[in-house]
Amino acid sequence: MTLIKLTLSTVAVLAGTTGLALARDQVQITGSSTVLPYATIVAEAFGENFDFPTPVVEGGGSGAGRAKMCEGVGENTVDIANSSSRISQKDLDTCAANGVTEVMEVRIGYDGIVFASDVAGPAFAFTPADIYNALAEQVVKDGALVANPHAQWSEFNPNLPAQDILVLSPGTKHGTREVYEDKVLLVGCEETGAMAAFMAAGMDEDGAEEACLKLRTDGRNVDIDGDYTETLARLDADKNAIGVFGLSFYQNNTDKLQVATMGGVTPSTESIASGEYPVSRPLYFYVKLAHMDVIPGLKEYVEFFVSDDMAGPNGPLAQYGLVSDPELAATQAMVAARTPMGPLE
Amino acid sequence: MSDATAASPIPTAHPRGKSSLFEQDALTRRRNAAETRFRLYGLTAIVVSLVVLAIMLFTIFRDGTSAFRQASLSFPITLDAAILDPNGNRAPEDLAKVTTIGYGNLIGQQFANFLAAEGIAVEGITDRDISGMVSRDAPGRLRDMVLANPALIGQTIDFTAYATGRIDGYLKGRVTMETAQLDSNVSVEQLQLADLLVERGILSVAFNSGFLTNPDASDQRPESSGLGVAIIGSLYMMVLVLIFTLPVGVAASIYLEEFAPKNRLTDLIEVNISNLAAVPSIVFGILGLAIFINFAGLPQSSSLVGALVISLMTLPTIIIATRAAIRAVPPSIRDAALGVGASKMQTVFHHVLPLAMPGILTGTILGLATALGETAPLLLIGMVAFVTNYPAGPLEGGVLDPATALPVQVYSWASRSDPAFIERSSGAIIVLLGFLVIMNVAAILLRRRFERRW
Repeated sequence: MTLIKLTLSTVAVLAGTTGLALARDQVQITGSSTVLPYATIVAEAFGENFDFPTPVVEGGGSGAGRAKMCEGVGENTVDIANSSSRISQKDLDTCAANGVTEVMEVRIGYDGIVFASDVAGPAFAFTPADIYNALAEQVVKDGALVANPHAQWSEFNPNLPAQDILVLSPGTKHGTREVYEDKVLLVGCEETGAMAAFMAAGMDEDGAEEACLKLRTDGRNVDIDGDYTETLARLDADKNAIGVFGLSFYQNNTDKLQVATMGGVTPSTESIASGEYPVSRPLYFYVKLAHMDVIPGLKEYVEFFVSDDMAGPNGPLAQYGLVSDPELAATQAMVAARTPMGPLE
Repeated sequence: MSDATAASPIPTAHPRGKSSLFEQDALTRRRNAAETRFRLYGLTAIVVSLVVLAIMLFTIFRDGTSAFRQASLSFPITLDAAILDPNGNRAPEDLAKVTTIGYGNLIGQQFANFLAAEGIAVEGITDRDISGMVSRDAPGRLRDMVLANPALIGQTIDFTAYATGRIDGYLKGRVTMETAQLDSNVSVEQLQLADLLVERGILSVAFNSGFLTNPDASDQRPESSGLGVAIIGSLYMMVLVLIFTLPVGVAASIYLEEFAPKNRLTDLIEVNISNLAAVPSIVFGILGLAIFINFAGLPQSSSLVGALVISLMTLPTIIIATRAAIRAVPPSIRDAALGVGASKMQTVFHHVLPLAMPGILTGTILGLATALGETAPLLLIGMVAFVTNYPAGPLEGGVLDPATALPVQVYSWASRSDPAFIERSSGAIIVLLGFLVIMNVAAILLRRRFERRW
């Protein structure tokens, strides 16, 4: 009998507590694992300096984060989605269908994508064409398209060391992959003339681009679906490998990694901010404006994030490796005015 | 056959003819060889698993034990009223306007002044390098101290702050002069200064209780990160899982074993319970997200939702263990109880259940131990997150506050970029293993203590 009573009272207590559960007093953030460290740095400082509780920040990926944000409006949905790529029209449509009509897009700065190798190995100076020649399924050799025959870097560029090709590329689940394809592989495809060769072979532009992005499958390109720590562990195990990292990750591991130049430019927050270093991308977060005055601390958190103390060139985010946005003042004004984002062009 | 061969004039042609116990024939030798081989296979299997276990424990302890020690700096700080209370009125709202940036500058400056006054100097070191040795978590803690006790302003206090992750790593051997030359986050001068500070006793390594009590910290301050929130979250979840699963699991098992008629329906239920026990845990996470968060509106990232999801996952395991324990009670006990006039229910609650209790408890504790190490379902309900506020006490609705869990903390530290988090991650595994060992020992003790033999 006592057992049944116990069960019943447990259920009753549970039902009672759920009634109280509805008021949320901390900001909920989810999304990109690239933005995650920046968001935690801001959240931590926010918790220290404001009377609001520290926001709860989740990782899990840009796409998943935006989908979660677009689930609807209400206290059991997240307030902010961090994203390392721009929101898509599909996401915005889902948002609108679920009643999330006003979303504010906040660009927090830029992130560099760097190629790095083991610190004890030879130095590399790449161009996008080198990466394409090393990794593409089909490359141009002696004026004709052939299945990629290259086994060593020096085979197509005598300035590169005679080292076996092995590149740890970001996997297709990564937000990094998009930049990697757009700013490295496609550019390399055009530079080497492979793009023109594909078109000459009767492909339309979309088909040629798709062919450019096809990577060799003989094990010289390895897609890493985990995070940068996994890339680093693989690189540790095989010293010949070239890994693709975020700039901030590289800056925290300069004792193990040496960075390769791209087109003659060494990646740094300065060269990325000036646009000299080509492989970078903007980082964003998306805020549900409907939550602005409902969730305590949300407005303050967003304003604090884009303040000069945080996202400015001398702030802690820049120290950690974020390339601060030269147009930060415009972003601050937009946040103050709570301008929702317009339709994507 | 054997008669025929026994009569044979040439005994040597007979395979068993001159068989002696001391001389093995071919078949016996083969059988014996097979047995020896099997024993070797078994032994190899055990040796392999032990070696793997030893390697795993060795790496975890090699990487993780250092997380329990931490370098800290102690030096006096004069809490300058001109900086901390510019209006001079000690009003809490004015004091709160001075942010951790202001406190950070104060700490860096005071530390540099102290070193200059003590005559500790390294050639070529900048003030920025000196203040960069103090953890970024120090300003926040000093600010909290001052806001809690404004009377401190104007006084000189002895302040102890964590040293940054790289200095800490240097004292633990993770960072060396060679790596520092390549490392953009620490300079050789800072390490030379660290050597001097150790000699003077200003910098020292001691047991790190903060590792067990501090909340998580961001990538910029690995030295101040700890398992506090994760331990509370795991504790809340385990207690709630116990409360949810034990009554339901025991009631279901007793009904199925003792009262339910044997028909197709109960067969179907039995098969499904076994099936549920084999469902991957992530599926329960999806279910939890749909039911508890989206439908019931329970708060995300809370230990209550985590406990509900893990309860669903653990319930089948507990039912199976409980049913096995009930079935192991000999029928003669039931027959005797019924024979002296006890009702069915009296039989169950007075005799069967107490006798099955050790088995039930063991099964429950082992089920909880599995649940303690579960991360996948928590991923979907928002518990794999950065949470730095401690959940409130259990009576103040703390189970509804955001929390993380121990295995989650292991996972999230393992993916951070600062190498100092590697030792933290392994340290968290040691704590998790500690909890598992405690639970398993409890299970064994309970079984020993209450076990009855018939």
